[in-house]
Amino acid sequence: MIGQGQEERAAAPDSAVVRNVPTGPARKGPTGIEPARITAGQPGTTRGTASRKGARVVIDGKGVYYKTLNEQIREEIERGATEVVLDNIIGQRYIGTGLAFPGVTVTVNGVPGNDLAAFMNGPTLVVNENAQDGVANTMNSGLVVIKGDAGDVLGYGMRGGSVYVRGNVGYRVGIHMKAFENRQPLIVVGGHARDFLGEYMAGGEIVVLGLGPSGGPVVGSYVGTGMHAGVMYIRGAVDEHQLGKEVRATEPTETDQARIRDIVADYCRVMGMAPEEVLQEPFVKIYPYTSRPYGRRYVY
Amino acid sequence: MAYTTFIPSEFRVVIDKDACIQCGRCAQQCGWNVYTFDEVEKRPVPDHSKCAACHRCVTFCPGGAISIKKNDLAFKHSDSMSPDLIKAIWKQAETGGVQLTGMGNDRPYLRIFDHLLLDACQVTNPSIDPLREPMEMRTFLGRKPDFLDVAADGPTDGNGVSPTASGTLRLLTELDRQLQLETPIMFGGMSYGSVSLNVHRSLAMAATELGTFMNTGEGGMHADLEPYQDHIIVQCASGRFGVDSSYLQAGAAVEIKIGQGAKPGIGGHLPGEKIDYEVSVTRMIPQGTDALSPAPHHDIYSIEDLRQLIYALKEATGYKPISVKIACVHNVAAIASGVVRAGADIIYLDGFRGGTGASPTVIRDHVGIPVEIAIATVDQRLRDEGIRNRASIVAAGGIRQSADVAKAIALGADACAIGTAALVAMGCHVCQKCHTGCCSWGICTQRPELTRRLDPEWGASQVVNLVHAWTHELAEVLGALGVNAIESLRGSRERLRGLGLDKMTLDILGVKPAGL
Repeated sequence: MIGQGQEERAAAPDSAVVRNVPTGPARKGPTGIEPARITAGQPGTTRGTASRKGARVVIDGKGVYYKTLNEQIREEIERGATEVVLDNIIGQRYIGTGLAFPGVTVTVNGVPGNDLAAFMNGPTLVVNENAQDGVANTMNSGLVVIKGDAGDVLGYGMRGGSVYVRGNVGYRVGIHMKAFENRQPLIVVGGHARDFLGEYMAGGEIVVLGLGPSGGPVVGSYVGTGMHAGVMYIRGAVDEHQLGKEVRATEPTETDQARIRDIVADYCRVMGMAPEEVLQEPFVKIYPYTSRPYGRRYVY
Repeated sequence: MAYTTFIPSEFRVVIDKDACIQCGRCAQQCGWNVYTFDEVEKRPVPDHSKCAACHRCVTFCPGGAISIKKNDLAFKHSDSMSPDLIKAIWKQAETGGVQLTGMGNDRPYLRIFDHLLLDACQVTNPSIDPLREPMEMRTFLGRKPDFLDVAADGPTDGNGVSPTASGTLRLLTELDRQLQLETPIMFGGMSYGSVSLNVHRSLAMAATELGTFMNTGEGGMHADLEPYQDHIIVQCASGRFGVDSSYLQAGAAVEIKIGQGAKPGIGGHLPGEKIDYEVSVTRMIPQGTDALSPAPHHDIYSIEDLRQLIYALKEATGYKPISVKIACVHNVAAIASGVVRAGADIIYLDGFRGGTGASPTVIRDHVGIPVEIAIATVDQRLRDEGIRNRASIVAAGGIRQSADVAKAIALGADACAIGTAALVAMGCHVCQKCHTGCCSWGICTQRPELTRRLDPEWGASQVVNLVHAWTHELAEVLGALGVNAIESLRGSRERLRGLGLDKMTLDILGVKPAGL
C-alpha cells in the first residue's frame, strides 16, 4: 500500500542498506562527451549474492552515475527485494525505466531525472518530491506517484497503468496515449496542466483536478489536438478557445460521474486527501468527435 | 454540367478472345475489381480505369490471353504541362485531397549509382578468384570503442604490456554489443499493417536463414515472429505502436525512426480500414481507428532529447544497439553528426529514391536528396570529427542491385538495407498503389483473400535466393578489386570513378572522374 507504514518499516530487521562509494570524476572518452563504460570491479558498483527476499533495501544515490544506480535497483529486485528506497537522488535519469517486476515498490527521495519509469511494466514508483520531463514514457503497466510537480511530456505513448501527480504538470502531457483491450492508461493531475494536453490521444483517461494555488486556467490551450480516442475529465471550466479542433466539451454523463468518483477516490487514497472536497466542483468531459480525424484528407 | 471524371484510364486491358478459355480466373485474381465476368457471354469484361498494371491476371491467365497496354491517349504536347500533371490537377479538382502514392520517387532525377564505376585489378596486384578463395562478407554493426584497454598477465613493462612472448593479453574494455551480419544486406523497416503478415513472416524467415536482420517497421511485432526475434530489429516511432518492454526486449536491436526516404518530414498514417483485428493486436490500438504516427516525436526537439530516448531504450533493453533512421535531407551530414553524438550505434540513411511507404506525391517526388550523396558526406563528416567509429552507417533507399551495394560500401556505408527489392522478389510489380490496400500479390494489403496468396516459405526462399545471388555478385566484385573482405572495400572511394558527373558532385562524393 502506498504512503503508509514506511516509517515503521524503516526499522524492520530485514532491511538492508547499500552504501555507495562515490565514483569520483568519470573517465571520459577522447572527445569528452560521455563517461567510459563502468566495468566490473570499478568503484561504484556493489555486487552481492545474499538473498533479499521480501526485504526493504535502501540505496544511497549520492554521486552515483545513473547507469550504476539503475543496475543496483535491478539487481536488488532480482535478488528478491520487494521495496527499494532511493535516498539522495539528484537528477539521475531513467529510474525505473524498463523495470518489469510487478509487486515491487521503488521510492525516490530527492528529484529524479528525465524518463522516470519509461517503458515500465508493473512496479509502483513513488517520488516524494518533484519529477522532471518524460515521466512514464510509453509505460505499460504499474503505478507512478509524484508527490510534487512533474515536467513536460508525461505519459507519452503510455499504454497502461496509472500516473498520479499531486502538483502541476508541464506541456504535452498524455500525448499519444493509447488504450487497447484491458490496457487502459490513466493520468491524474492534482494541479494544473499546460498546453497540448492529450494531443493525438488514442485512448485512456486524463483527469486534471486544478487544485492548489491557481496560476490561470486549469488546462492550457490546444487541449486534445488530433485526439481520436479516450476521454479527459477536467475539474472546473474549459473555454472553447482552449480546445483542439478535434474535440468537444460536454457535461459528464451519470456513467462518467461514477467513473470520476472512482478515479478521484483512488487518487485521494494514495495522496491522503479527502475525495469529498475534490468532488464538490463540477467536471467537464472532453472527447473526440471522430476516430478518423484525417480520414478525408487524402485521395487515392 | 456533371462529368464523372476527366481522368482517362492509365492502362488498357487487352484480351485475346481466341486465347481466352473463359475460366474467369482474371476476375478472381484481380484485387482492383477490374474484371466482371459476363455470365451470359461467358467472357471477362474489364474496367480499364481500375487497372494498376500489376500483372496478376497476366501471370495467372491459363490461356496467356491478357496483355496490359499503356493507354496512349494523345495530349497536346507540352514539355511543361505533362499529361501526368494534368491528370493530377483533375484528380485534385475533383476531390480536394492530398494525392497519395507509394514505392519511392520515380522522377527522372540523376541516378548517381549509375554514374559510378568500380575498379578492377589488371596484371599487378592481381584480382582474386572468388570461386576458390574465401571471401569475408561478415559485417558487424554497432559502436566500436574509442580506445582499447589491455592488461597483460605476468610481468609487464611500464606500459602494462608483457615484454615476454609467453605473456597473454586480456581485453579490459567492455565492447558494445554488435549486430553480426553474414552479408552486408539487411531488410528495411516495413510495418505490419502497411505490408501483410506473410511479408513479415517471409522476411523474418529469410533474415534468419541468411544471418542478417529484418526490421519490423513501426507497427509492432506479431507473435508469430517470436521464433525469429534474434534476427529482428524492432522499431520505435512517434506513434509507439506495439511498443512495450517485451517488444523492446525481443528485438536484437531497437531502431528509432525519425524519418524515412519515402516521405522525409512526414509521419505515418495507416487508415482505419487497414486496422483489422490482427493488426490492432500487434499495434495495440483499437480496430478501425486511424493509426497516426506524426512526423515529429513530441519528446524529441533536440539532439539532447534524442540522446534521452536512445539511452532510455538502452536502459530498457540492457544496452542493445540502438539505430536511428533518418531521411537523407540537405544538411544530412550535420544531422548525422548530432545523431551519432546523441549515442546512436547505427545510423540508417534512407535516400529519396527509397521507400515502400505510402506518401503524398508532392513529398515523395520533391523532398530529400540521393542516398549516394548522403553516404559520402556523412562518412566524411564523421571521419573529420573523429567519431566514425562510434556508429555504423546503413544505406538504404534506392539499393536496386548488388552493384549499388558495392558502390554504397565503397562510398562509406557499413551495410545496405533493401525494401523494394525484397518485395519485388516476393512478387511486387512496383505498380505504386501500395496505399490502396488492394495489392493483388498479397503484399501490401490486409484483405485475407489477398494476403493468403503469399506463402511465407516461398516468399522467404525467393528473398534468400536474391540475397545469396547478390552476395555472390559482391564476392565477384571484391575479387575483381583484388580484396577478399567487404571490410577492405568500406570507404574505399579510390576504387570508384565518376562518369558524367559534374566537378562539384564528384568533390562532394570524394570520387575522381574516370580517367584520373
